[in-house]
Amino acid sequence: MTTTVPNLERRGPAMGGFNATLLGLELRRMLRNKRTMLFAIGLPVIFYVIFGQTINAGDQDLGAGTHGNVSAFIMISMALYGACLATTSGGSMVSVERAQGWSRQLRLTPLSPVAYVLTKAITAMALGGVSVLAVYVVGAVTGKAQMPLWAWVSTAVVVWVGSLMFAVYGLFMGYLLPTENVMQLLSFTLVIYAFAGGLFLDLSTTASWYQTLAKFTPLWGLNELVHAPILADFEWTALLNAVVWLALFTGGAVWRFRKDTARV
Amino acid sequence: MTVMETTQQRQPESRVDQIPPAIRLRGVTKSFGDVHAVRGIDLTVRSGEIVAFLGPNGAGKTTTIDMVLGLSEPTEGEVEVYGMTPRRAIHHGLVSAVMQTGGLLKDFTVAETLRYAASVFAASEPVEDALQRAGIAGIAQQMVGKCSGGEQQRLRFAMALLSDPELLILDEPTTGMDVEGRRDFWNAIREDAAKGRTVIFATHYLEEADLYADRVVLVRHGQVVADGTSAQIKSMATGRTVTATVPGLTDEMVRSIPAVEGIDIRGERVIITSKDTDAVARHLLTATGARDLEIAAQGLEDAFIALTSDEQEKES
Repeated sequence: MTTTVPNLERRGPAMGGFNATLLGLELRRMLRNKRTMLFAIGLPVIFYVIFGQTINAGDQDLGAGTHGNVSAFIMISMALYGACLATTSGGSMVSVERAQGWSRQLRLTPLSPVAYVLTKAITAMALGGVSVLAVYVVGAVTGKAQMPLWAWVSTAVVVWVGSLMFAVYGLFMGYLLPTENVMQLLSFTLVIYAFAGGLFLDLSTTASWYQTLAKFTPLWGLNELVHAPILADFEWTALLNAVVWLALFTGGAVWRFRKDTARV
Repeated sequence: MTVMETTQQRQPESRVDQIPPAIRLRGVTKSFGDVHAVRGIDLTVRSGEIVAFLGPNGAGKTTTIDMVLGLSEPTEGEVEVYGMTPRRAIHHGLVSAVMQTGGLLKDFTVAETLRYAASVFAASEPVEDALQRAGIAGIAQQMVGKCSGGEQQRLRFAMALLSDPELLILDEPTTGMDVEGRRDFWNAIREDAAKGRTVIFATHYLEEADLYADRVVLVRHGQVVADGTSAQIKSMATGRTVTATVPGLTDEMVRSIPAVEGIDIRGERVIITSKDTDAVARHLLTATGARDLEIAAQGLEDAFIALTSDEQEKES
C-alpha cells in the first residue's frame, strides 16, 4: 500500500453547480430533439395556419374599442397553446431523465437538485419563447393577423411569461409520473384544458354551467390575460385563476421534488 | 461530529496518522421492509488502498456502496467519507463513482456529456484528459446512444475522473463487457490507481479481486465474512478436501473425525473440507475402514464458494 496524503482542502461549486455551460448544452440538446421541436413549434404554427388563416371572418374587427382582428386573436390563442405545450414538454423532461437514471448519475456530482430543476425550467422557458416567436413570425409573414405593434409585443410577452405556469406543471408531472411517455399523456391534458378554458372554442356560445366551470380550469385565466391587451378588457378573476393554478402546480412540484431527492 | 470537524480544522498539518480514513462504516445496517440487505458492517478503508468488495449477487455490495455515496441513508450506524458525510464529500469532489447502471443521456455526445459533468465541479480536469485516460478520445463526437456497453462504461469512468477524486468507487464496473473490454477497462483503472488514488470496487469475479486489489473484503448476507490480502483469503478458504468411501458409516464415526470444516455425505462416500487434511486422512485410515481415499486441493473458485455459499446459513 502506498501512503498518500489526500488533498481534503477542496472547494464545492458556487450556486450548487448552476452554470452557463450546463444551460448551453441543455439548450443545444433540446434544439436537436426533432420530436420536441415538432410538438412545440410545428403544431401551433399548423393550428394557426388552419384556424387563423382559413376562417372567413379572419379579417373582421373584434368590435368597438378593441385593437385587432379575428386572425390576430386566433394567433394569440395558438401561440399560448404552443408555448404551454413547449414549456410542459420542457419541464416534463425530468421524467425521462429520471427513468433513464440520469438524475441518479448527477447525484454523484456536486450539482444540487435545485440547480438541476432551475436549468430544466429555464430550458423549458427558452423552448416556450421559440414557440411564441415561431407563431408570431408566421402570423406576421402571412399578413392576415392585424393589430398595432405595441399589441404584438405586449401579447407575446404575456403569452411567454404566462407559459411559466406550464413549465412548472411539466416539472410537477415529470416528478409525479414515472414514465418515459409522460408527454403523450400531458399533451392530452393540455387539449382538455384548452377546450375547458375557452382557448379552442368560444365560451360565449356554450351553456352557462360550462362557462362557470371554465373559470376554474387552468387555461381559462391565461387565455383571458393574453387577449386582454387587444380586447382592452382586464378581469381580476382571470389573474386570480392564473395565480392560484401557478401556486398549486408549484406546490405540487416542490412536494414531488422533495420526495424524489429524499429517495433518489 | 461537529466537534471532530473543528478539531481537524485547527490542526491543518497533514501528518499521515491524522488523515481521516477514506471510508469509515460503523455498525451500518440497511433494511427495506423485511429484507435486511446489510446486517451490520464495520469497515475502515485507509487512503491509498485498493480494496475489492467481493461477494455473490445479493450480498449487499451495491446497497453498501449506495450508502457510502449518500444515495441512501443507513437504517442504523454511521457512514463517513474522509470524516465527512458522503454528500459533503461529493460536493467537494473528493469521491466519485462508476455505477453498474448509472444513466446516461442518449442524445448527448460523449464529449458533451463530459463537458456537462465537468461544468458542475468547482475545479475539474480538462475534458480531453479524461477522454484520453478512459480511452475514448476516438469517439468523443459520437452520440451516447450509439456507444456500446463497454464504451458507455468507459464514459462513466471518464466522468468519474473529472474531479480528480481522492476516492473512486466502482460498482461491478465490468458487468456486460467482453473479455477484451474488461481487460482494457482494468488496465485503465490500474494505471490510474498507480498514482495513489484510493479505489474500492465491488465485484463477484474472484479473479478481478485477486488481480487488482491489495485487500479483499468478502461479504455475504450483508456482513463481512473475511477481510485480508487476497493471499490471506485464499489460505483461509483453500483448505483441501479428503474424499473417501467408509463402509458402515455412522453418525458416531462422522463426529469423531478431527479438523473437519465441511462435510458432505453421499451414502458411504464422504467429502471432507479441512485445513489439516493429513489429520483427517490419518484418522480415516486408522480408526475407520475407509478406502479409495483421495486428497485434493481446492481451487480459488471453490474457496470463494466455501466462504460465501449458503451452506452454513442453512445448517445454523
